[in-house]
Amino acid sequence: MKRTVPSIITFLVGTLLIVTFFIPHKPFSKLTDDFNTFFDIIAAFAFILGGGNLARMHGKRVASRQAGWFYSAVCLAGFFSMLIFGLLKIRYHDGALGWDLKGDLNNAQFLFQQMWEYIFRPGTSTIYALLAFFIASASYRAFRARNTEAALLLGTALIILLGRTFVGPILTAWLPPSLEFLTIPSLANWVMAWPTQAGNRAIMFGVALGIVSLSLKVILGIDRSHLGEKD
Amino acid sequence: MPARLRLPELNRQFVFGLIAVVVCIPILWKFSFREYPSPMVRKVFDKVQSLPAGSKVLLALDYDPGAEAELQPMARAFLRHCAERKMKIYFMTLWATGPPVITRAIEDVLVPEFPGYRYGRDYVTLGFKPGNEAAVAIIASDLKKLFTTDGRGTNINDIEMTRPIRNIRSFDIVLSVSAGFPGTKEWIQYGTDPAGIPIAAGMTAVQAPLNYPYYPRQLLGLLGGIKAAAEYEALLKETYQKYNDPKYHLEATARMGPQTWAHLAIIGLIILGNLTTLLARAGRGRN
Repeated sequence: MKRTVPSIITFLVGTLLIVTFFIPHKPFSKLTDDFNTFFDIIAAFAFILGGGNLARMHGKRVASRQAGWFYSAVCLAGFFSMLIFGLLKIRYHDGALGWDLKGDLNNAQFLFQQMWEYIFRPGTSTIYALLAFFIASASYRAFRARNTEAALLLGTALIILLGRTFVGPILTAWLPPSLEFLTIPSLANWVMAWPTQAGNRAIMFGVALGIVSLSLKVILGIDRSHLGEKD
Repeated sequence: MPARLRLPELNRQFVFGLIAVVVCIPILWKFSFREYPSPMVRKVFDKVQSLPAGSKVLLALDYDPGAEAELQPMARAFLRHCAERKMKIYFMTLWATGPPVITRAIEDVLVPEFPGYRYGRDYVTLGFKPGNEAAVAIIASDLKKLFTTDGRGTNINDIEMTRPIRNIRSFDIVLSVSAGFPGTKEWIQYGTDPAGIPIAAGMTAVQAPLNYPYYPRQLLGLLGGIKAAAEYEALLKETYQKYNDPKYHLEATARMGPQTWAHLAIIGLIILGNLTTLLARAGRGRN
């Protein structure tokens, strides 16, 4: 029963949604809207589930003093302070604390906004900016023409990198207009527009076919892993 | 040539130090270069330019502060252009971390540079909605099913510019600035393509190749990374002379300095790395 009822619901809803895609008229079009609304409501509940799960996992780690418990404590402190500041709309203005349940949270007077502006924003930006250093180090170590494929990859990378700087146009500015297609910016655009696009399209087709196949297996009840069943 | 010419492998600290120097110097000295707009950027610009005053534009800012350095200049360029064209701007985001990004764009561009722009009459922020692609699908069919209030909590039917909006077809164009999922791809697949509404996008340079397959039929054009944003700013300067005044801080153009020198340093490092490998290989062959 625990498996059969959800499988029947999955089959009915899955089939219905496929039908509604091919018949975009009433009553099917309304059904699509309703299902999308259901999904949106469920997605909102997922925030509660996600928050609860985060508190449980990190709470356990802090309580049992597992390795790295301090980071979990910081995570929980950040989570609960943002939650409280956001829900109670606590404001800090002119040295006084207060709350304004009708106020706009994006206002700079609210602690929620201040936490976002002075902690979350610089923290996330810093982590993202660190990428530049690691990319530079990885490029130096990994981009080496050890064989033909690696040499091709290296050549393409150099064209794209040069094409994204002012040096690209300068290096090939001497080429006559009839050979404009050989300038570095043109080559960079060509690489992005043709080989990159072809490769990405192939990957997308592959992924789409995989999704279709998996969806059919789920709808027909062949794959029941979403119900907690193992192969 | 000496019998065994070898180049030492650079350690990580040296590479990190080099990048820090090449990024900091152009920031401190404010180096910037002339940008030559690529055909794709020009196409997006021309499309926005061709829309008449009063056109409705949905500006979806789907990113967080991590991608702000790369995407905020793009959002500001789009925003300046739309405001110059006197369009009605509807902001929204599919990212929970998006609303402050919208507020920032409004406070940095619309409030100081376009004081005539009024909330509710010329621009409105619809805020954040969860649901990813499902949220886009609802907007495509019935926007008011998803948004009963704007981002500030006002009833959507009490706002002049949201009252007549029914669904995505009510907009003349969608401009999506995104850093990943949910973003441009979801807007195309569930929103603009089924509805036949034009969409142009701006995204991080890493994301751009993943969205190229949608160009040109489903996507008017895309701006990939800070370089494309700087090209868009160059077109803004070309069309609206006031942006040549340094008081209008064009961020993407300013950020191209550090990026260019960082790219050149990386190219130099790659060449050096390959030279090291070549010389080591030649040395081994000789032995």
